[in-house]
Amino acid sequence: MNMQELLFLVPSFPLVSSLILLLLAGRLSPMLVALLGVGSMGLAAILTLFIGVEFMGMGGNAFQQVLFNWLPIAGAPINFGLHLDQLSLVMMGVITGVGWMIHWYAAAYMFGDKDVQRFFVYMNLFVFAMLMLVLGDNLVLLYLGWEGVGLCSFLLIGFWQHKADNVVAAKKAFIVTRVGDTAMMIGLLILFSEFSSLHITTIVESTVQVSQSNLWLACLLLVGGAVGKSAQLPLQTWLPDAMAGPTPVSALIHAATMVTAGVYLIARMHPLFLQVEGILNLVAWIGALTLVLAGLAALAQTDIKRILAYSTMSQIGYMFLGLGALAFDAAIFHLMTHAFFKALLFLTAGSIILKMHHQQDIFKMGGLFRSLPLTSTFLLIGLLALVAFPGSSGFFSKEAILAATYEAHTAGPMLWWIGVLGAFLTSLYSFRLLFIVCFGPANHDLKEPDYKPSSQLVVPLLPLVTLAVIGGFISLDFSLVFGPAHHPHLPLWIEWMPVAVALVGFILAWVLYFSRSSFHTRQPSDGLIRRFCRDGLGFDWLYEQLFTKPLQLFARINKSDVIDHFYHFVGWFNFSLNEILVISQNGKLRWYLFGTLAGCALMLGGLLWWR
Amino acid sequence: MMTVPIEHGFVLVALLWVIGLVGLLSRKNTLFMLMSMEIMLNAGALAFILAGSLWQQADGQVIYILILSIAAAEVGLGLALLIRLRQHIGDLDIDKLDEMKG
Amino acid sequence: MNAVNIESGQILFYVSGSIAVLASLFVVTNKNAVHALLYLVVSLLALAMCFYLLGAPFAAALQIIVYAGAIMVLFVFAVMIFNINQTDIEREKQWLTWQSWVGPSLLAMVLLGEIVFVILSQQNWSIGSSSVTQIELVDARAVGSLLFGPYLLAVEIASFLLLAGLVGGYHLAKELPKKATKLGGNQ
Repeated sequence: MNMQELLFLVPSFPLVSSLILLLLAGRLSPMLVALLGVGSMGLAAILTLFIGVEFMGMGGNAFQQVLFNWLPIAGAPINFGLHLDQLSLVMMGVITGVGWMIHWYAAAYMFGDKDVQRFFVYMNLFVFAMLMLVLGDNLVLLYLGWEGVGLCSFLLIGFWQHKADNVVAAKKAFIVTRVGDTAMMIGLLILFSEFSSLHITTIVESTVQVSQSNLWLACLLLVGGAVGKSAQLPLQTWLPDAMAGPTPVSALIHAATMVTAGVYLIARMHPLFLQVEGILNLVAWIGALTLVLAGLAALAQTDIKRILAYSTMSQIGYMFLGLGALAFDAAIFHLMTHAFFKALLFLTAGSIILKMHHQQDIFKMGGLFRSLPLTSTFLLIGLLALVAFPGSSGFFSKEAILAATYEAHTAGPMLWWIGVLGAFLTSLYSFRLLFIVCFGPANHDLKEPDYKPSSQLVVPLLPLVTLAVIGGFISLDFSLVFGPAHHPHLPLWIEWMPVAVALVGFILAWVLYFSRSSFHTRQPSDGLIRRFCRDGLGFDWLYEQLFTKPLQLFARINKSDVIDHFYHFVGWFNFSLNEILVISQNGKLRWYLFGTLAGCALMLGGLLWWR
Repeated sequence: MMTVPIEHGFVLVALLWVIGLVGLLSRKNTLFMLMSMEIMLNAGALAFILAGSLWQQADGQVIYILILSIAAAEVGLGLALLIRLRQHIGDLDIDKLDEMKG
Repeated sequence: MNAVNIESGQILFYVSGSIAVLASLFVVTNKNAVHALLYLVVSLLALAMCFYLLGAPFAAALQIIVYAGAIMVLFVFAVMIFNINQTDIEREKQWLTWQSWVGPSLLAMVLLGEIVFVILSQQNWSIGSSSVTQIELVDARAVGSLLFGPYLLAVEIASFLLLAGLVGGYHLAKELPKKATKLGGNQ
């Protein structure tokens, strides 16, 4: 039997597991919960492997599998259909493979938490939604997955609900991405009105003449949605705060998978974007600006997870840069390698946080190389991949992107220089992190010198470490999706410039953070610029002034709103009228008589006058 | 036996009635108010008699008899109430009965 | 019969009419209750005269016997129970300032004007011509046959009314048991 026919099982495993865990809430032992949650992912990953092998063996032609008719719209029925090609295969592999490792780690990390069953419900549901996103053959199914991952992200960021800050962060994430989602929805509707269908293949292969301005608008709105989900400018403010969730959540959602959904969207719809190349230029600029901004912000952070969050933002900026430079295959390649080493980095950081008893300030760590040698080594490997050390996976992917940027007609040398600056900043903050956390005097007062992380926290990291090192040698063939690969020929100095600046960054970090003298001045200084960078370059403050404060002002002004006033007025009027009229009710008989007779006289007079 | 323009009769009725009205509205003493009401009743009776004489029928007088009985019953009850009133508030000032105000 | 008689009948009517009006005025503006009552009696007698001149002798007789004779006597008895003395008269004077006359007088003028206007603007008052015809006396026999005929039910109801008045009057004026007397009932 064709392995590909079992494609529908890949998203079904996590879905079924999520439902079982949901319905049998509270009745399963923690061991069983973990087994179910992690096991379903494992099954999905292994099945993906088999499907992938068979798919590549069969020549790599696109494979469609329609499950059932979902929305029977006349003329453009929307099916629950799955579409398999190299792009979705790579995404599926990343999601299930890296996801499986993260779930395994999470089972050990969240061990003992009383809500661990709810955790795995959300995690598996998330994986299902993400798989729908990448496997869907029409934009509605993609949007379903899009919203699903947004929902699960919200649920997982605010997982520890008893702390109000977590809930606030979750709301912020949801609301900011909602802005992007709404833009995307409008874009989808414009596409539907133009192409009369939302089936992806139909849209991208359509030869219908569509109005250029509408296509421009639709693509711009799709970019808006991508920007929201992938935490790029201007909707990037939610990602650092999203680190309030448990570390496996940050690894899975905010490093490896959900934040890459925007990249996937643009890559998937690339034929449309190729018709409106100005937007790709915009995408490249967004990526470039974000990666510099994130790099600057990461330099000023003190929380280990926030550094990694800004690092993620920066790397996705690279992916956007790649997309904008028409190097779609390079961007997806970087997506894959980034998933490997970023997941590794986050999970390693999780181990460190566990040892530090959930203390996340790097200036209160230090000297962990002696106390946690294995974890520190993993951290080092991950960071080397991040700074694109020659030979690591990150090296190949980042090189591909920067090379393409230099030559592309939608990007160009200026953006290339910004990318190089980004590489410098990446190296600087990565080694800053390494030196402050792993070297120097121990700035903490933990009394267990021989903390050994449980094996379950280490085993899942091993494949990730391996892939972070050798993942660059995996060659991905996207020729059937993106067209023949384009290898730019560039002068040698351009190809090696990023490596050179990374080295410069390393030396600078050494001088600043590793030398003897700096060991004694180990506190975060509070200068204006540093604070500005730490607060994400003022974007939070800006959005608060622009949107939150006016809205709150309106709400305050309208607290006793106009309609209420009207109703109050009716009541007040009647009361006042009563107060006035009651004066005439003085209880005296003669007054009443007088009134009656005066009325009589008036009526008579009126009648007579009228006649 | 004699004839009188009927309008003059009715004018007399109106005059008497209005006099009674003035007394009713301006006197504070309840006893005087009752007396004024008697005047008004009489004016009404005169009107009916005039009508009866106009139509040369006895109905006017019959109605007059009924008015008479009304007046009698009213005076009886009214004076009894006045006695009770005097016991209650000490004098016959009708303005003292304003507990229904507001 | 002839012009003189007609005139004298008319004059008598006007005279008794004015006496009635004058007497009523004196009733309304008097400070002494007893004097007012006496003036009221005068007014009633004058009206009886008017009734007779209008051809209603039975009504005139009833007016004198019942109204002036019984109802006014009832009034006098009540005044006697109230024990009107000089202080009451003084108080009455106090109460009757000119301000208390203004409003009612104005209203009365207005109403009087309206009613008179209505009366005088009527075209025909009777089937025939307006006034200068013979008036026949409508005597007791006519009234009696009506009372025992069509107005029989009215008589019965009137008797109910008088019964109610009787019982109510007795009950309301009854002396209360000592403990049930409420606030300041100084007599």
